[in-house]
Amino acid sequence: MRGTSDPVLAAAERTVIPLAALLVSALIFSALLALLGKSPGTFFALVWTGGFGSGFSLQNTLQRSAPLILTALACAIPAQVGLLMIGAEGALVLGGLAAAAIAIPLVQAGAPPLLAMPLMLLAALSAGALWVGLAGWLRQARGVNETISSLLLTYIAIAILNFLVEGPLRDPGSANKPSTMPIGKDYMVGSIPGAGVHWGLLAGVLIAIALQILRSRTVFGFAVRITGGNPRAALAQGLPVGRLMLACSAISGACAGLAGYFEAAAIHGQANASLAAGYGYTGILIAFIARQSPLAILPVAILFGAIEASGGLIQRRMDLPDATALMLQGIIFVVVLASETLHGRFAIFRPAAIAGRP
Amino acid sequence: MSPDAPATLLIAVLGGAIRVSTPYLLVALGETLTEKSGRINLGLEGALALGAMVAYAVSFHTGSPWVGVLAAGLAGTVLGALHGVICGLARVNDIAAGIAMFILGRGVAFFFGKPYIQPTAPRLSSIALGGWSGNPALRTALEINPLFLLGIALAVLMWWGLANTRAGLILRITGDSEPAARAIGIHPGRVRTLATSAGGLLAGVGGAFLSLSYPGSWNEGLSSGQGLMAVALVIFARWQPLRCILAALMFGAAGALGPALQSAGISQGYYFYNAAPYILTLLIMIATARSNTAARDAPGELAIVK
Repeated sequence: MRGTSDPVLAAAERTVIPLAALLVSALIFSALLALLGKSPGTFFALVWTGGFGSGFSLQNTLQRSAPLILTALACAIPAQVGLLMIGAEGALVLGGLAAAAIAIPLVQAGAPPLLAMPLMLLAALSAGALWVGLAGWLRQARGVNETISSLLLTYIAIAILNFLVEGPLRDPGSANKPSTMPIGKDYMVGSIPGAGVHWGLLAGVLIAIALQILRSRTVFGFAVRITGGNPRAALAQGLPVGRLMLACSAISGACAGLAGYFEAAAIHGQANASLAAGYGYTGILIAFIARQSPLAILPVAILFGAIEASGGLIQRRMDLPDATALMLQGIIFVVVLASETLHGRFAIFRPAAIAGRP
Repeated sequence: MSPDAPATLLIAVLGGAIRVSTPYLLVALGETLTEKSGRINLGLEGALALGAMVAYAVSFHTGSPWVGVLAAGLAGTVLGALHGVICGLARVNDIAAGIAMFILGRGVAFFFGKPYIQPTAPRLSSIALGGWSGNPALRTALEINPLFLLGIALAVLMWWGLANTRAGLILRITGDSEPAARAIGIHPGRVRTLATSAGGLLAGVGGAFLSLSYPGSWNEGLSSGQGLMAVALVIFARWQPLRCILAALMFGAAGALGPALQSAGISQGYYFYNAAPYILTLLIMIATARSNTAARDAPGELAIVK
């Protein structure tokens, strides 16, 4: 029997099984490190130090969690309506590119930041929404598999970025690393006062809360969840299945585009190849561990922000390659997916009335 | 441009098509086997990257590129089998599992491949089929890698085997109707795990081509979506091995366009031409989705076309 009628037990099941999967992944990874003659204890101690050990490392962690929250939402929102979108990386890249590109004429014309910054934000949101929205439209209008098309669109987005920053939009001053013209300090997004982390973190948290409310407390969210559960039943009920898919795809792209805006306007100050840093792919994993729940994404994103933040320290101290994080993510992903089969299998998570029966 | 530039360009694209198509062909044949059993593996990109790294590393240590190819096939098989076993668990989505294999394969390849980015490993030698021609460009274009010929032979073998052998029939029944397969005593899970492992093997060998022949070195940007595009290519080829050859050559030509133009002195829009295979894949998917003929040829149990 799938699911339970007791919300507390259901929440406990959704928490305990992914946590157990994380633990199992950590054990597998530890065994691998031990085989290679590296100390697993040192590894996890360094993740702690590099992720949370000091004010600076905590800032670093949160700074990286901000785009991860948004890219994880970009995967979790279409998942509600039954779509498996993995195009956040492309929407992030295009969002950052759009913001940096529209900034060039605005900055040159000396437009006031109060006018230029919302325009940059709007450009990033629209670019992302259009990009993932395209995958959603292809799915609902033409029946094209959205998982493949969204990943193809990511490759195309990165090609567009490379083409523009090495060609028409290249700042002649960027010799070593082709980039667009720097946005300039006046047009960049600053830090949350006293926190040392840019506003993208707060935006991510607020959007996660808003999407959680949208999902569980509105008619739109209800219609989306019905469609995700059974599209045929939704069609039979007269729900606008195509438009719901389109809306969720556009929200997904806008989230990733927003992540790109903050990467370009708060971190790099310009658009270049650094935008494609893999946040989009890590976001997919985070959404799966959080079982596509917007609120659960927050703690998971912070955990992965810490793993990313401690990467440099681990490379230096343990002489491990930078791909260590990617391999760890792969192990976690496989174990978490395998653990999906455990949901509904344990009597302890069932209400007493049902648990009594075999 | 010189007067014979168009001809040179054409030959360069032709030669490039044969070179670039080999990994597409091998991965597409692997994916055809997997999908014929009713399961999809989006993670062959991971097997491709892992195969490329393992082949290069083993070739470097043993001095024999063919041992590298074998090792790559083995690594791909392991990854394919893992995908098969995980998808066999109840309630595990095969598309999501494919994404996990994509990340795991690349992660393992990049982690263990770091020390092999610098050194040079012995590469697979090509068979020169253009000796009769006086045109050096044509001679270069006709230096065919044995793995391409292996792919062609495999495609013919699969085409024959699917139609005429017991194993081919079992595979097709499992992919077309699970209840029918169960009714005659076939274990669908076992067949699918085997088919997925075989698919991983071919993808691993495809990866070996990338690192040991063309481009012919190991780095982290080596596989760039070929494994994923092969999935679309299989739909385009309507799950028929012989059509996979044509489709792979077409993708190879699209991939060879950028480098060929660059060697002909046209370097503008290089990144745009690099995006050509992805755009082509997308266009093919748009054209074949909801097509009645494609739906008729698709294995009945395949989730992606439902």
